Amino acid sequence: MNMIQAINSAMDVCMERDAGVTVLGEDVGYFGGVFRATAGLQKKYGKTRVFDAPINECGIIGVAIGMAAYGLRPVPEIQFADYIYPGMDQLISEAARLRYRSAGEFTCPITVRSPFGGGIFGGQTHSQSPEGIFTHVSGLKTVIPSNPYDAKGLLIAAIEDPDPVLFFEPKRIYNGPFDGHYDRPVQPWSKHDSSEVPEGYYNVPLGQAAIVRGGEAVTILCYGTMVHVALGVVADTGVDAEVIDLRTLVPLDIDTIVASVEKTGRCVIVHEATRTSGFGAELSAQVQERCFHHLEAPIERVTGWDTPYPHSLEWAYFPGPVRLGEALKRVMKD
Amino acid sequence: MADAPGRNLRPLSLHVPEPKYRPGDAVSFDDMPLADAGSVARPDVAADPATMRDLPFTLIRVLDPAGQAVGPWNPRLEPDRVRSILRAMLLTRAFDDRMFRAQRQGKTSFYMKCTGEEAVAVAAAHALDRGDMCFPSYRQQGLLIARDWPLVDMMCQIYSNAGDRLKGRQLPIMYSAKEAGFFSISGNLGTQYPQAVGWAMASAAKGDTRIAASWVGEGTTAEGDFHAACTFASVFRAPVILNIVNNQWAISSFAGFAGGESTTFAARGLGYGIAALRVDGNDALAVYAATEWAAERARGNHGPTLIEHFTYRAEAHSTSDDPSAYRPADEGMHFPLGDPIERLKAHLIAIGEWDEASHEALKTELAEQVRAAGKEAEKLGTLSGTAFNHGFETSFEDVFAEMPQHLREQMEQSAEERRVAGV
Ligand SMILES: Cc1ncc(C[n+]2csc(CCOP(=O)(O)OP(=O)(O)O)c2C)c(N)n1
Repeated sequence: MNMIQAINSAMDVCMERDAGVTVLGEDVGYFGGVFRATAGLQKKYGKTRVFDAPINECGIIGVAIGMAAYGLRPVPEIQFADYIYPGMDQLISEAARLRYRSAGEFTCPITVRSPFGGGIFGGQTHSQSPEGIFTHVSGLKTVIPSNPYDAKGLLIAAIEDPDPVLFFEPKRIYNGPFDGHYDRPVQPWSKHDSSEVPEGYYNVPLGQAAIVRGGEAVTILCYGTMVHVALGVVADTGVDAEVIDLRTLVPLDIDTIVASVEKTGRCVIVHEATRTSGFGAELSAQVQERCFHHLEAPIERVTGWDTPYPHSLEWAYFPGPVRLGEALKRVMKD
Repeated sequence: MADAPGRNLRPLSLHVPEPKYRPGDAVSFDDMPLADAGSVARPDVAADPATMRDLPFTLIRVLDPAGQAVGPWNPRLEPDRVRSILRAMLLTRAFDDRMFRAQRQGKTSFYMKCTGEEAVAVAAAHALDRGDMCFPSYRQQGLLIARDWPLVDMMCQIYSNAGDRLKGRQLPIMYSAKEAGFFSISGNLGTQYPQAVGWAMASAAKGDTRIAASWVGEGTTAEGDFHAACTFASVFRAPVILNIVNNQWAISSFAGFAGGESTTFAARGLGYGIAALRVDGNDALAVYAATEWAAERARGNHGPTLIEHFTYRAEAHSTSDDPSAYRPADEGMHFPLGDPIERLKAHLIAIGEWDEASHEALKTELAEQVRAAGKEAEKLGTLSGTAFNHGFETSFEDVFAEMPQHLREQMEQSAEERRVAGV
């Protein structure tokens, strides 16, 4: 399976198992979503469980919260993460706090799915990585898969989770992994181990990072598309890096990170989102707080620039092999 | 070219709304158009909204000046039921008075009265089923009271004391009572509106029989959430009642700042194809009748109803507000719809089902009930002196169903800080 099929399969499995799982969003019903992630679900589960919503993100998320309060498990789709902002207040002030403010009387088990990230010539309104904004909010979980197997398992875990989860799907790698060399052909998922996705139920628990490549010289912290960029750079440069795919930003698997940095003594963080106040800042702070005495070099952050995503110059924005390679060189210098 | 220089055009000017009266002005509402009681037709609950486009521009009223219930909207309630409504309205007012004083005495930080608007929540609660879910704003304490929710429970929330089911986390009056069909109140205005629609949609999708109702102030109709909710309610024909409580003021901003100069608030339903009623909010029987109509409509799968309750906020916005700074002190006295409690009392007396002595006796009884509840609640503490009534560690609970590692660490850190500080 590719990542879209895996995501589709996750919803299918959850809908089969739990009649409360309800999918809503712009174009998700009859058409199956602009990325086809919900294809076939309406036909299988009917129009009251999979339906198109008005183009109103505040309404999509607000209505999903009410459905969750009723006892359903809504899985709203925001067509592009760039359009989550009109629904922000419902997410931040409502979904994230409902359990807390009602001391558990009302809960909000919704999973907001949304394609995010660039590298598809989407311009500034189809390319953003807003995860850092949400990791700042208490009460929300943030999950980002990097391959089909994880995408399915994590999405099932997210839908089953009793709390609101943001599930950001790196759309650049929906159809295949990508090593950051945008001028090389994309590898289809079918040539990749993680495309072996079981048909039925399994899950990948939230809050557990994956060490996708063991190494001794430096720890690279990454998620989503950047996992593949990191692996590509490691292959290009031969640096013996330990590559950690965070998978879940909140809750964060800090133990895996700390164990790795204590071993390697070096840390490079890579994400596609803008740098200032990005999630890399949080990772950097935590590594510094917990691994200070083990660090042999300053922590490096490799990120998108603090500009909107420029359409025709997106590869100048994208943290690709050159930027990451230079950062690796700097931390390995002495 | 349209913007060629030198064209001799008059400069544009910007209209900034201004209320009719400011402090010191003489108030008169003589020019306010008010339909006579009994004069508005009552369409069938299954009627197409297109056939009732006049309803948002008139005022549904049942109680006439003589206190008689008249016209097609008369809900023809048994006298016991009317007395029950009157009782809950009186209890709501007694509760408000005591909690207002408690705030002034420093027992809590904040309070909001619904004086003059008691009919809006109380009569609606009587017309809904107990299983229907209410998504209130902060001025519908009458819903809980009409549903016989324990006053002590409400007071404990206001005092953030050991009996507060919300563990002292919410601003006073932001109740949550799932068992009472009362959704957790948000401080962000209007957010409950789309949530109510979602609840109603879920109920419909599940083939349930329960419906949802929500309330916002007229000021809040300017928020995007209001329009999001109307769009979804209309598109999915959600079994929901969307109430707008037009009490004329949003803190110091009069209704004109929410668009009330240009049209009625009920008329907003027209653009969405939602059935819309405009009701005398100080006429408990009219509120009951409109809610009952809307509930029947929802239960029959005929879709949502928007109800504007035309009323007046007789007291300050909250204990933090000074209305004399922005409106004439006597404005409320001139408001032509009178006091909802007095009007219902006059009605019961007019039909021979009530008298002054019984009314006074009931008031005394309810004041005593509130006083006793107050004593009971205060035994569990008040805000002054009991800030950590729940144990500081409880503030880390309920962020998630299970406490993740980073919160456990922060909880331990805060325990360590307190240990070192010796508290
Ligand atoms: C989103 C949001 N904006 C502003 C406020 C501050 N605020 C609290 S009450 C209020 C006025 C609301 O007026 P209205 O909706 O007419 O209700 P009323 O108080 O008259 O019952 C305002 C502006 C808020 N709580 N939430």
